[in-house]
Amino acid sequence: MSNLRKYAQNLKKSVAALIAFVFFGFSAQANDILVVGQIAEPKALDPAAVTAVNDFRILMNIYDGLVRYKDGTLEVEPALAESWTISDDGTVYTFNLRSGVTFHDGSSFDAEDVKFNFDRMLDENHPYHDTGPFPLSFFFSAISSVDVIDASTVKFTLNEPYAPFLSNLAYPTGLIVSPDAVMKHGKDFGRNPSGTGAFQFEEWKSNERVVVTRNADHWDGQAGVDAVIFRPLTDGNTRVAEMLAGGIDLMVEVPPTSLSEFSGSEFTVVEQAGPHVWFLILNAKEGPFADKKVRQAANYAINKEAIVNDVLEGTAAVAAGPTPPAFAWAYNNDLEPYPYDPEKAKALIAEAGAEGAELTFYVTEGGSGMLDPVAMGTAIQADLEAVGFDVKIETYEWNSFLGEVNPGLEGKADMAEMAWMTNDPDTLPFLALRTQSWPEEGGFNSGYYSNPAVDELLNAARSSTDQAERARLYQEMQVIVQDDAPWVFVANWKQNAVTNSSVKNFNLQPSFFLLLKDVEKN
Amino acid sequence: MNRLLSAIPVVLGITIIVFLIISLIPGDPATAILGSYATPENVAKINKDLGLDKSLPERYLIWLGNIIQGDFGRSFSLNRPVIDEVMERFNATLILSGTAFILCSFLGILVGTISAARQYTLTDKFITFIVLIGISIPSFFLGMMMILTFAVRLKLFPVSGMYAIWGGGDLPDLINHLVMPSIALAIVATGVVARISRNAVLEILRQDYVRTARAKGVKERSILISHVLRVAIVTILPVLGLQAGFVLSGSVYIEIVFQWPGVGRMLVDAILKRDIILVQGGVVFVSICYVFFNIAVDVLQRVLDPRIR
Repeated sequence: MSNLRKYAQNLKKSVAALIAFVFFGFSAQANDILVVGQIAEPKALDPAAVTAVNDFRILMNIYDGLVRYKDGTLEVEPALAESWTISDDGTVYTFNLRSGVTFHDGSSFDAEDVKFNFDRMLDENHPYHDTGPFPLSFFFSAISSVDVIDASTVKFTLNEPYAPFLSNLAYPTGLIVSPDAVMKHGKDFGRNPSGTGAFQFEEWKSNERVVVTRNADHWDGQAGVDAVIFRPLTDGNTRVAEMLAGGIDLMVEVPPTSLSEFSGSEFTVVEQAGPHVWFLILNAKEGPFADKKVRQAANYAINKEAIVNDVLEGTAAVAAGPTPPAFAWAYNNDLEPYPYDPEKAKALIAEAGAEGAELTFYVTEGGSGMLDPVAMGTAIQADLEAVGFDVKIETYEWNSFLGEVNPGLEGKADMAEMAWMTNDPDTLPFLALRTQSWPEEGGFNSGYYSNPAVDELLNAARSSTDQAERARLYQEMQVIVQDDAPWVFVANWKQNAVTNSSVKNFNLQPSFFLLLKDVEKN
Repeated sequence: MNRLLSAIPVVLGITIIVFLIISLIPGDPATAILGSYATPENVAKINKDLGLDKSLPERYLIWLGNIIQGDFGRSFSLNRPVIDEVMERFNATLILSGTAFILCSFLGILVGTISAARQYTLTDKFITFIVLIGISIPSFFLGMMMILTFAVRLKLFPVSGMYAIWGGGDLPDLINHLVMPSIALAIVATGVVARISRNAVLEILRQDYVRTARAKGVKERSILISHVLRVAIVTILPVLGLQAGFVLSGSVYIEIVFQWPGVGRMLVDAILKRDIILVQGGVVFVSICYVFFNIAVDVLQRVLDPRIR
């Protein structure tokens, strides 16, 4: 009998706890805590050690870099560096650092810390180089030395002029970490991060949440919410369900087919085109696509409007050339996408004598920035078959796919899907369109495109430090590349996010970073 | 004890096979990390940093040597010791599949026995029908439908996760999160157990000693419980052992749909990232678990069935 009574008491307690939890849970959430639905568990919160956009979304809120992108653009503005000068030959950058900035662990920020950050990544003999690997350190491989002039001045010397240097500093790989925290935690720094950002790290519970709280001392003003909780929700449908049920306030990467769920007034859908381009690499070395006319024919034959509107439900725009319009300063506004014109495509194919050619088409099942690759690949196959090609699709899982495509398509395939997201208009064409970036040279020009005029423009643009001059060179390059058609230019992805009605001041950035400092909740 | 020792080569064999398969599938960890930036040069640098530039047998032996010293290595995709990750994840999986296993055993035997005792009645037909649906429905689909109905529409249960993200963390919170995934996971296994139990019980109901018991005037209910089930359980037990394995492997889907932080989801992520060390760590634990289940079933069977002793 007494056992039974005890059991009843326990049950009562449990029910009380349950009720308390429900109320506490709700009141705590309403109380200025923003819950963000992420697409995966982060790998680490060490900006030098990670490569995924998913991790960057957290990092950009914990750390600052020397420079950052101006709100709503991809142009660089001061952050931890107040100003800088560039030598005339473009190889020496001198930064004047902001004073009075402290890391979340209490240590103060100065020029020695900047040197520590870059030496850790680049110098194999640095005592903390073993806290890596640092997969994206090649963004800074142009640096030959970092020198401390005085506590608030630091000088970067490059081994050659390298125009994308400033944008690379604005990229997460260039975020500044606290050297004291690295020394204290060593290899576990990635789980005990400390920066200077608007939010400071509070807790990381594996596969459940990462919690960051407001940094009251932030140099650029205080954040709008007390705390942000990042939840890893790998399954897109579950993420949508959590959003509908109120388990998260903000979700990124809404599956296109679920967007209609959020048309009600209690949700706001935010969209932003980014520095992303989705294209087909065409094998210009052999087979039908060795002929420029056939490459152009492929660009005419594919109905890109239908792909972005029907397959991608309007979550992307038709791409005109190799450079995404999000790089507003470097984009050639005169460029018009290839129109959908199957008749013209047929005529070009007939001219080239490539009627009925067999094409092997590499398609991936998924992958970073690849959107809906199988459905898109199928639509493309149908369009190409409509103008007389015989297209054979081979599908690979993303990792295997890269293993097939990156070494070059020669002897294997005529075309392959690909997508890139970059932080500078230099990166993609420099790595994937020059003759010197053919796969055997260690580049990503897997379709063996080669045009000396393009090589020259890109090399010149990289060594110029004048933005207007660079813009002119990139714009000229885009015209040539569009006409040469080494790729089929398909789509520029618009990143989307959904917030519920309690979230205010939220915007997506063209950089695709998630900046939460000014977001408010009520 | 002998049986435990004989499990060691089984586990070793499994790790060798897994190691080989993961190394043979195209794509490598460095490419997974670098994505579109995977130049041969960058890949070589990362492989060196991760110790992947050594030959396959060499890497396996190094891994094995470390295991014997109790070091499961460090996951590069999660940047933490494998053992920490696996223990946390394993705990979550055991809670989920353990609950589902208990549910499917009790419900399955109960329903199957009722069905057998009322053979060819409306109850029996109804149960058989429901069981058939339960067996046929894919668990991930059922999970998604449960989320839409009970979490999004009715808001009775949380959509996903193991604990509330704020507050919570205690037993009622856990149970609240456990209800939907454990039912979704148990349903197919319940169907299988119910069918087997029905057959087993029917078989024994036809035995002479049951007729004798009835003739003696023993109540039908106590015939079922102490005469029939006591014997039928010997037939049901091996099936339960199989279902334990089924529930454990089926938890992969459920863990993904309900974002349960278990070992199945971990393995899927680790395989996609080619994180061999983490895959191996998970596989060792899961295979040890299987081996233990089977040994436990054998031992129990000896206890329950005097003929085998």
